Amino acid sequence: MMLPFTVPVLLLLSAAVDAAAADLSVPEASLHPKLGLRDVGGGPARSLPASPTASRFHVRPRNEYASTGIALARSAEEPTAVAEDESRHRGGGFQMVQWEWSYVQTPYIIAIWILVASVAKILFHFSQRFTTVVPESCMLILLGLVLGGIVLLASKKQLYQLEPGLFFLFLLPTIVGDAGYFMPARLFFDNLGAILLYAVVGTLWNAFCTGFCLYGAKYMGVIDEKVQAGLMEFLLFGALISAVDPVAVLAVFEEVHVNETLFIIVFGESLVNDAVTVVLYKVYMSFVEVGPENVQTADYFKGVASFLIVSIGGTLVGLIFAALLAFITRFTKRVRIIEPLFVFLMVYLAYLTAELFSLSAILSMTFCGIGCNKYVEANISQKSRTTVKYTMKTLASIAETIIFIFLGISAVDKTKWAWDTGLISCTLIFIFVFRALGVVMQTWVLNRFRLVPLDRIDQVVMSYGGLRGAVAFALVVLLDDAQVPAKDYFVATTIIVVFFTVMFQGLTIKPLVNWLKVPRATNRKPTINEEIHERAFDHCLTAVEDIAGLNGYHHWRDKWEQFDKNYLSKLLLRKSVYRKSELWEAYQKINIRDAISVIDQGGNVLTSARFSLPSMASRTSFQEVTNVTNYLRENGSGVCLDLQVIDNVSGAKVEEESETHHFLAGNLYKPRRRYQSHYSRHFMTPGEHERQDREIFQRNMKSRMETFKTTRHKRHSHKKDRSQKKAGTPPISTRLEY
Amino acid sequence: MGSTNSTLSKIPNVEELMRETGFSPAHIVRLYDRFESLDKEKTGHLRPEDFGAINRLATNPIGDRIIGAFFSAGQETLDFHSFVKILAHFRPAENHRLRDPSLPEPVNSRTSKLKFAFQLYDLDKDGKISRAELLQVLRSMMETQVTEEQLESIADRTIQEADLDRDDAISFEEFRKSLDRVNIDHKMSIRFLR
Repeated sequence: MMLPFTVPVLLLLSAAVDAAAADLSVPEASLHPKLGLRDVGGGPARSLPASPTASRFHVRPRNEYASTGIALARSAEEPTAVAEDESRHRGGGFQMVQWEWSYVQTPYIIAIWILVASVAKILFHFSQRFTTVVPESCMLILLGLVLGGIVLLASKKQLYQLEPGLFFLFLLPTIVGDAGYFMPARLFFDNLGAILLYAVVGTLWNAFCTGFCLYGAKYMGVIDEKVQAGLMEFLLFGALISAVDPVAVLAVFEEVHVNETLFIIVFGESLVNDAVTVVLYKVYMSFVEVGPENVQTADYFKGVASFLIVSIGGTLVGLIFAALLAFITRFTKRVRIIEPLFVFLMVYLAYLTAELFSLSAILSMTFCGIGCNKYVEANISQKSRTTVKYTMKTLASIAETIIFIFLGISAVDKTKWAWDTGLISCTLIFIFVFRALGVVMQTWVLNRFRLVPLDRIDQVVMSYGGLRGAVAFALVVLLDDAQVPAKDYFVATTIIVVFFTVMFQGLTIKPLVNWLKVPRATNRKPTINEEIHERAFDHCLTAVEDIAGLNGYHHWRDKWEQFDKNYLSKLLLRKSVYRKSELWEAYQKINIRDAISVIDQGGNVLTSARFSLPSMASRTSFQEVTNVTNYLRENGSGVCLDLQVIDNVSGAKVEEESETHHFLAGNLYKPRRRYQSHYSRHFMTPGEHERQDREIFQRNMKSRMETFKTTRHKRHSHKKDRSQKKAGTPPISTRLEY
Repeated sequence: MGSTNSTLSKIPNVEELMRETGFSPAHIVRLYDRFESLDKEKTGHLRPEDFGAINRLATNPIGDRIIGAFFSAGQETLDFHSFVKILAHFRPAENHRLRDPSLPEPVNSRTSKLKFAFQLYDLDKDGKISRAELLQVLRSMMETQVTEEQLESIADRTIQEADLDRDDAISFEEFRKSLDRVNIDHKMSIRFLR
């Protein structure tokens, strides 16, 4: 009970301290030489050149956004007033304890903010019922609003903002890096067609329709006259508001468990549409600057060309860095301690380099992560792997928290925005309608080519799950209001849109999905027969899917595997790992005939040491079943959209007195789930799935050996001829099937 | 598509196959491609070893049983027709089809699906799942740390629940009855194969 009060108290304290410091500070950068205080290096705000992404967006830097980090809006300076106090007190004596606020100011404030955010997270999770209903992102935004209000009250002015520089250079890369590195590559490429379609065509459709319709609304007078914007400005606004945001999607989809295909499509779309957004933004900004009358047709073509350059260029940069990173990790055997550092540095550099050339930084980082993952995971030590994983998840979690809190805080600053009901309501309606229309149309086209069609419920989730977030906000804040006079209106609209999508849609998506689900006979305890047989069915389905080869792109995947094995792996994997992997491949491809030669050569195939290869995890793309799934399963709050999967959320919790059920639930092997949350940052999986796979594999191999041995005796004479021929050929003659 | 037609023409009796199983031409073609890619030696038949090469089956607890179910009648080879017919079991059932009782049971009806599942348990094909067979299945589906006694007690309880005529084995009828309340169409269908 007391705990909720600590947060506001903490805030009040920090706000008061900041306010005090701010009030006392003076805009002047110079120290008063008379005071003879030691030179405080931390004096002048460590500001990067204002809005480093300015070059990306052709915007003149604004003084207000000159400071980076969470530093005060006014430069944080030596509080000369305090200094004067001190000097008065000094009078030549030795001060045992001094108030060194200005020295530690910036890092202190940053640390306090992160602490507040983290403590808030702890507090949220105290009430489990609350957290299952309200997604975390909502709470964080609300918290941000509250904090913003407090700061406003305490110091009468808005001290903190979501600075675009901070956002684009530090917060966003953390999240995107984490997402890209742990992206399930196979799933991503399997659905690449769908992802590209939605990202490119869908975003363009949304942007143009929204822009044109808003202009039409203005023309018809629905939007007030004071919003001074022409067609170009509305198109610009349409471009930035129509992009689905990866941060918001991750945050909300983590709560709603959708099948992995749906997740990867929406999430992949949110990442890839960055290229489209960047290009549209740049193009329209330049059109706005130049004036709509001066736009020539050549410029439109340049826009299209620019899109290709930005997207392909970004991807290439990412892949180059991925190759470099993999290559470097090949040689890090003696410097294991800094292996994680290489990973972070290279991935971050991929992002920054793409920014440097004004290419799509998100694409670059994503592909860097996807490309390097396999080789890096194989090359670095187990401990480094754990370090990388935990650090990335921690950083990403913190970044996400900060983003949402700051979204809330920034909203409270009334000086930055202006309200127009017509614009806001029109925008909300249009983005929703056009997203839904776009999804339906594209899905119709897509289903003609897809193996597994996307059905109605999937489409509803996709339209509803098209959330806007901090990226849109950061982009709108970057607008130059000399060029775009309606900027303040746009800012307000963006804030409302982001809030609406994240909070309202985030809150209601779970109930909506529940409502849409085919109703089952819930609340009854399954019998033991049912439990066992249902589990068997699930395994059966998984097996049949594998047999029928439901992943469509065999041909290219096989070609890629060959290329990878012959060239890339040799180049990028450590020698010892490469050799081990060859052996592993041999085991994987074991079939009865190959086993003959191995047995004949006297090798004991099933030496368990060989099977516990740490690189096993990376060699096959085992997907992690996170504990969120189990956790939610036991608590009955998971929302599963895949109707075929055994929905273990049976409504009734496993009852205590029925030990058998409990026993079964704990000990039956889990099927390869078709709904998996990949990015849960709250719970980490201990690699349980890998262990399960390993056990089953060993057992299956053993039984195959047994059956083989018995039949072998019968057909010994025939086999002898064949095995003599076979002993010469290496086991890697058979191709790997998936 | 031209290539669809040309592939279709390579398959003998493809019309009959489509009628029996209900697959569309596009699906048949896809399955044929898959069949060919599994059939390394291009013999036109599949053997259990070819299935064994499928990587993911090795990490499926009942993977080998499923392979066995494909080669049900003790045959050693599987041709394309049988391959498709077995996969047809997993098509989602059509709704509200008024069936002519004289027509044979469609391959993807509830009963057919259940029969297929029954095969997975009943390895010796005597029409009953004996206690030993049940134990075998349970063993393969449970984690290694489970002891023999625990397995036996679960098997006992399972049989007790389902066995109505007290013969210490589960016949097909009893099997079907025990799954009365389960939506087999959902649990044993793959959306893709619609």
